[in-house]
Amino acid sequence: MIAESGHYALVLALGLALIQSIVPLIGARLRDVALMNVARSAALAQLLFVGASFTALVMLHVNSDFSVANVYENSHSMKPLIYKITGVWGNHEGSMLLWVSILALFGGLVAAFGNNLPLSLRAHVLAVQAWIASAFYLFILVTSNPFLRIANPPIEGRDLNPVLQDIGLAVHPPMLYLGYVGFSISFSFAIAALIEGRIDAAWARWVRPWTLVAWIFLTLGIAMGSYWAYYELGWGGWWFWDPVENASLMPWLAGTALLHSALVMEKRNALKVWTLLLSILTFSLSLLGTFLVRSGVITSVHAFATDPTRGVFILLILCLFIGGSLSLFAGRATALKQGGLFAPISREGALVLNNLLLTVACAVVLFGTLYPLAMEVLADFKMSVGAPFYNLTFVPLFTLLLLAVPFGPLLAWKRGDLLGVTQRLLAAGVAGLVVIAIVWAWTRGGSALAPLAIGLGVFVIAGAATDLAERTGLFRLPVATTLHRARGLPRSAWGAVFAHAGLGVALIGIVCETTWNSEYIATMKQNDVAHVAGYDLKLDGLFSRQGPNYREMIAEFNVSRDGETLSVMTPSKRSFTTRGSSTTEAALLTRGASQLYVSLGDATAEGAIAVRIYHKPLVLLIWWGPVLMAFGGVLSLSDRRLRVGAPKPARAKQRLQPAE
Amino acid sequence: MTLWFVFALMTVAAIFAVLWPLGRRARAQSQGSEGQGSEGQESEGQGSEGQDTENRGSEVAVYKDQLTEIERDLGAGLIAAPEAEAARVEISRRLLAAAGHEPAPVPKASLKWRRAAAVLALVGLPLVAIGVYMPLGSPKLQDFPLAQRGSGMARSLETLVVQVEQHLEKNPTDGRGWNVLGPVLERLGRFDDAARAYRNSLTYNGESAERRSNLGEALSAAAGGVVTAEAKTEFERARALDADDPKANYFLGLAAEQDGRKDDAATIWRALLAKAPADAPWRPVVQSALARVGGGGALPALSDETIAASRDMSEGDRGAMVRGMVERLATRLKQNGDDVEGWLRLVRAYLVMGDRDKAMGASTDARQAIANDAERLRQLNEGLKTLGLDG
Repeated sequence: MIAESGHYALVLALGLALIQSIVPLIGARLRDVALMNVARSAALAQLLFVGASFTALVMLHVNSDFSVANVYENSHSMKPLIYKITGVWGNHEGSMLLWVSILALFGGLVAAFGNNLPLSLRAHVLAVQAWIASAFYLFILVTSNPFLRIANPPIEGRDLNPVLQDIGLAVHPPMLYLGYVGFSISFSFAIAALIEGRIDAAWARWVRPWTLVAWIFLTLGIAMGSYWAYYELGWGGWWFWDPVENASLMPWLAGTALLHSALVMEKRNALKVWTLLLSILTFSLSLLGTFLVRSGVITSVHAFATDPTRGVFILLILCLFIGGSLSLFAGRATALKQGGLFAPISREGALVLNNLLLTVACAVVLFGTLYPLAMEVLADFKMSVGAPFYNLTFVPLFTLLLLAVPFGPLLAWKRGDLLGVTQRLLAAGVAGLVVIAIVWAWTRGGSALAPLAIGLGVFVIAGAATDLAERTGLFRLPVATTLHRARGLPRSAWGAVFAHAGLGVALIGIVCETTWNSEYIATMKQNDVAHVAGYDLKLDGLFSRQGPNYREMIAEFNVSRDGETLSVMTPSKRSFTTRGSSTTEAALLTRGASQLYVSLGDATAEGAIAVRIYHKPLVLLIWWGPVLMAFGGVLSLSDRRLRVGAPKPARAKQRLQPAE
Repeated sequence: MTLWFVFALMTVAAIFAVLWPLGRRARAQSQGSEGQGSEGQESEGQGSEGQDTENRGSEVAVYKDQLTEIERDLGAGLIAAPEAEAARVEISRRLLAAAGHEPAPVPKASLKWRRAAAVLALVGLPLVAIGVYMPLGSPKLQDFPLAQRGSGMARSLETLVVQVEQHLEKNPTDGRGWNVLGPVLERLGRFDDAARAYRNSLTYNGESAERRSNLGEALSAAAGGVVTAEAKTEFERARALDADDPKANYFLGLAAEQDGRKDDAATIWRALLAKAPADAPWRPVVQSALARVGGGGALPALSDETIAASRDMSEGDRGAMVRGMVERLATRLKQNGDDVEGWLRLVRAYLVMGDRDKAMGASTDARQAIANDAERLRQLNEGLKTLGLDG
């Protein structure tokens, strides 16, 4: 009953999506209010039915109803409840259902909160959302149906891939999907604008917050995924330039560019067409990501199952939407009204530079991801594009971008004063140089680039702080005034400061981890002691323990530094009988932002065990950075002001002050 | 029946979602309020603010909306007065620019299309839903939540297996448990799991020929009946522990047959039969295998069709088929005892089947049947001699 109702709800959602993709368009053409309003109730009903369908699947997993093939293949009656729930999207079918559920959620949000949108714009936006939804409902029902049944249900399931039995699965995919799918809103708005042949004022007002929401989730999703890979896969790597990671990085880069260009559009009514194109590209890259991950073109942890029909189907969807939207853009973009003009040295100019660098960086990643695939398909020649390629291309681009980041917020709208800004950034530059010198003197040797990169990170952070100091008049004005100003500062300004500082923080973490990370790999017996980066790890012994659906072997390490016992670390190896596979559970000891990382290899017959121990200095900064960025995003989102980039007399006065 | 009722309710809800806006407009129009309430149902209870703005050009509407929003934010203390003033000026500027050249689109009501939409919802939606659902869904299948199955249903073999497995998951050193589990898993067709159970049984119960050959059997079953190198190693180990272990010998013969060494296979199987007790249940299996490789000489001649048929049979069925044919031959010879070749075939068949007593009996019967024909008697005696039966 639950299974079949869930199935039927999904089919009804498809039916509603089909109606929603046709009727409102006709209504908009005929300017019939009732027909256009169908979009809204259909979108809400669609959300209701997909939500019911998703809830049904969750209930089936929780109840361990093995008459449903999806549950049988990915669940186990003895799995802890949390993994029974997260296991719903820990497989291809379920994750696609989550994808459409989130799509319906965003559609429903537009329908529910879009009261102030022009009716025809709303109708168009929801119709475009329904096109995407219909395509994916069909995809799910035809090629990856989670509700298929088994007539003679087995008594026990095949269990979830052990690597996925982790709290990370509860957070990473939903976050990432909220990000990916969130960009569908700006896509739908862009297509709607192209169909209508004009960019409404409401367009600018809507696109930025929605892009921001998607961007926040995507940022957190990627960071979470990276941290998960770091502690779960057992060798302490946090980014591999693996195509699946790139698939999430590309929409992020394009989305970041979109975020900034939407800012220009909102404040200055300029860069409209470019923003439109970026909206299309960002969601296209999200779709491409879905294709790369779901089609089985790439084999990785994320490709739960490979099935050629699925690949072909998604490729079809991909061609239809990307090709269709880009041709629509090519045909209609010239008809759109262009926005205002601005000087190259201005906040707008800086944002254009930002866009330029981000899109080029994105193109580089796209090339690095698709080139090996193309070679494999066309020339039957296997190759992999890895870190060396990206170090040569992506890194210089990003260095340039980071150098420019502190300048942007300090430049004024319309016409900026580069010299003045440089003067004001002098302190930040000096801070960066001092740090470079200190790090250089401290480390002696190692990579010559590392201190420079750290200096750059400090420059970015100090630059963000300078922006803040300038706006609040810190050190120039009495403390009380500064505090008052800080309180009065728009939250979006605080958001920008945090987000930009987050970049610098992440950069410092990346550089420190890659340059000064030390590792120790050995086979250890009981009472052996390993010395890593000043820490002594003594293997106290090996124990076995029974978990709910696995057995684990635990190694107990006594960690001490200078003879003083700090903690006990217990890395383990879990073996899952049902799947006949095992996972390594690394043990982490956090000291400040640095971590000690222990993971286990294979045990030998004599009771010794292979051990990998890493010391990763300041590694946590890599993830604190994105969290800071996302926090900045939330602050900016909470800013209720209308961003109309009006000249502000108070600010003009303030800008003159340093010259005195 | 309940399920179809739920489906019907859901369908009605979906149709209603489409019909609602259509219906509301129609009513609003009949009340003569055209041009108002364009926001439809959602404006209910929210006051009439902004309802008539929609039709005067969307740009203007948005800017006006923004102006009211400024007032609201200012009132709530969300933005400062100078900022509000600056924003107001900017918005007013844009508002003037927009109002200048924006033609106001007049909403129209096209009843024809509304009716078409209504028909689409009433007819199209259920058709699509049923059309998609019927080939994919299984409306006749009930739910099977695990909790219900444990108490409500009879405790099937599988349930017991799961319980034993769960027990062993927690106490993996219980050798007896693995011993019990192995054959059951094999019967359920879970050969890989059976192999693992036998391996664990070997680990915790110690070596034995029987366990080794059980493991080998599970391995070859998992390989679809092919005696793999891995399985063969197990059988060889078993034979090293007990040279007479029937299962090991049988499968080693099978391995030889699969390698194309039919004579070796026949030798192994013949030796196995010779040592075997007369009432061993696996006798027919080995006999028919031997017949297959032709090691028994010519058994009752099997036509190609029968051989082909027998290939698809299980070992037991194959044995039964062979026995049936031997019985038929014996009956025929009892009625017409002139056929020397037939008698020899029968004796040979009994010998191959390991039934020496019956072979002796058959040769005595044969001698009696053809006692008056010296020439045939000579042929018979010659033949019996080559089969190794007296002189």
